[in-house]
Amino acid sequence: MIGLLATAEGGFSGEYVQAAAGTAIDFAWLIPVVPAVSAAVLLLFGRRIGKVSAAIAITAVGFSATLSTAVFLQLAAAPEDARNVVLVVAEWLPIGSFQVDWALLVDPLSGVMLLLVTWVGLLIHIYSLGYMDGDDLYTRFFAYLNLFVASMLVLVLGGSLLVLFVGWELVGLSSYLLIGFWFSERANATAAKKAFIVNRVGDVGFMIAMFLVFSALGSLSFADVLPRVDEIAAGTAVAIGVLLLIGATGKSAQIPLFVWLPDAMAGPTPVSALIHAATMVTAGVYLIARMSPLYAAIHDAALFDVGLLVAWVGALTALLTALIACAQNDLKKILAYSTISQLGYMFVAVGLGLQAAAIFHLLTHGFFKALLFLAAGSVMHALHEETDVWKMGGLRRAMPVTFATSAVGTLAIAGVPFFAGFYSKEKVLVAALETPGAELIWVIGAVVAALTAFYMSRWFFLIFLGDSRVPEGIHPHESPPSMTLPLVVLAVGSVLGGFIGVRPLSYATFWSLEGGFLFDWLAPAVQSFVGEELFFNELLAGLIVIAMSALGIATAYVLYLRPTDIVAVRERLGWLYQAMFRKFYVDELYERTIAEPGELMAEGMAVFDERGIDGVVNGLGTGTRDLAQIGRRAQTGLVRSYALAVLFGTLLISALFLGGTLLGR
Amino acid sequence: MSGVPIGWYIALSAVLFTTGLVGVLVRRSVVVMFMCIELMLNSVNLALITFSRLHGNLDGQVLSFFVIVVAAAEVTVGLALIVNMFRLMGSTDADHADRLRS
Repeated sequence: MIGLLATAEGGFSGEYVQAAAGTAIDFAWLIPVVPAVSAAVLLLFGRRIGKVSAAIAITAVGFSATLSTAVFLQLAAAPEDARNVVLVVAEWLPIGSFQVDWALLVDPLSGVMLLLVTWVGLLIHIYSLGYMDGDDLYTRFFAYLNLFVASMLVLVLGGSLLVLFVGWELVGLSSYLLIGFWFSERANATAAKKAFIVNRVGDVGFMIAMFLVFSALGSLSFADVLPRVDEIAAGTAVAIGVLLLIGATGKSAQIPLFVWLPDAMAGPTPVSALIHAATMVTAGVYLIARMSPLYAAIHDAALFDVGLLVAWVGALTALLTALIACAQNDLKKILAYSTISQLGYMFVAVGLGLQAAAIFHLLTHGFFKALLFLAAGSVMHALHEETDVWKMGGLRRAMPVTFATSAVGTLAIAGVPFFAGFYSKEKVLVAALETPGAELIWVIGAVVAALTAFYMSRWFFLIFLGDSRVPEGIHPHESPPSMTLPLVVLAVGSVLGGFIGVRPLSYATFWSLEGGFLFDWLAPAVQSFVGEELFFNELLAGLIVIAMSALGIATAYVLYLRPTDIVAVRERLGWLYQAMFRKFYVDELYERTIAEPGELMAEGMAVFDERGIDGVVNGLGTGTRDLAQIGRRAQTGLVRSYALAVLFGTLLISALFLGGTLLGR
Repeated sequence: MSGVPIGWYIALSAVLFTTGLVGVLVRRSVVVMFMCIELMLNSVNLALITFSRLHGNLDGQVLSFFVIVVAAAEVTVGLALIVNMFRLMGSTDADHADRLRS
């Protein structure tokens, strides 16, 4: 009965084929290029194009979405051993025997990511029509969104580590541009810089990992590297694995580099939904899933299981940020910490070797978190950019569509059966359940499930239910159809998304170890290395998680919908509440240990620059001037004294000549 | 050579030259200094012609014509400079023209 997951069937094939000419996959390069061209056109001619720019941007992404679907379908029609397709678009860097091409890798993994990025991207473009209406920089916003979609598609389609890295950096750039979109406010510009710099720390890890891969195998192309990871020496492999993890923690906002994501909420809400919830932040998970053969090799070599480290990073991040999310009052910040926490889940699954579960959770999370962010944007739109959940409440009557779709999103993320989030979360926890030595990770995962249910219910209750706490004079209203339509579509995805990862039968019975379509589908592209020994009864484990979620929702209900003295509860929690409210002082810690020493060092450098380098330069200047002060005394300014000097000079020279002539005789 | 012996010419030339030189050094009026320079030039002309006569060729005479021509040009430029100097500073005292010093 226990046909344990995808590992049983096939697994990573290591076979790569070339794209057949004239097929959809052969044109896959157009998927990122079209939005990129659109972005360029909008940036160059945006002012002249005006309002039509939104239509151009949406058409470009719509094209990508359509082509992605065609590519996906062609991939699905291909036999299982021909689904890892390499597409060399152009030569890029021919350096002696070393060559990097603009190579794309279309395989089951990038296939599902393509669908997520393009379709969610399309919905959020449409949503932005209404949300950004009337903004001064309307055109530029769509240009940046297009740029982001193009970058993310390069990242996803990259056929070598270097091409992936190009996309990786480009999404960092577009993220920076969009976080600081309203840059005239200092806080937004600072948040953008913070995101960029923190990401840069992770990027260094990624780059060194790339250097190591190249020195070990002499290639960066996935088609060369992934089938040959066994040839890398065990120690080097561990180093590569850890460095890639550092890169992933930067982009995916995990411990220790998660601090940028909450601040990134300074950007417009569609940006938060697209970049900082659904797509870009999942790049780290994608990277580790893409490199899964390497992590499997490290796992087998048993020198140091980096995968377990990945899982622990994810578990601890999930717990820490879920606790923080429970005590935040800004509706977008709650969602931001929630995103980090859910990404932690994905890290758990990908680290423990069940990549399909991670991608499953990535996809469902993409739906319901984008939905929740867009709903948050809709609420802020209605309340004149108010973000404090304590100044909301009772919005269900004024905003029925936002209310209903948010309810779906909340149920999905809270892990209520029959909603997508439930199934993907269960699959993540199955990975922990099957790995010997990961028992504690499972316990943390279950606790985080309760916390998730709690903080999301709190979010939902405080905004939509109970009595209105909206300040006088603000009359909430439902958002325009361009904003509610994406909400509805994403809500449908948040319900039905579960079907892609579980079999129809287990969809109804909630619990089965067997994975559904997505698990079979991803099998040729990733190397699963999850254990196969259960340490606990799986049905009981599943029920415990459901109970935890129910407990979380019930607690939120008692605290926020019943007349409970919330201040007394906070005081009862004492320092714990303070720590949660203050985000466990992580920002302060970084401020003290990194930012302030950095500033001190910069000040030291400034002193050295002023006293040392400037001193030498200025010293040369003043020295020359002082010397000239002595010399200028010879210059009296009196013409006659010059004439006298000429006379004496002449006499001197004459004397010399005459003397020479006389002596010569 | 009959008449005045050659030494007298050279002596006269030397006297004229020294007079001009001292004049340039001691007088403060630019006009007088200018005249002294002319005096020095012409003493040199005298010496040139004397030596030309002494050696029996025309080199010195030709050269003295050049000196005369250049001196003529120099006079026009020099006078123009003096006029402008007077307009600018209200005096022709050479010791006043020391602005470049500071």
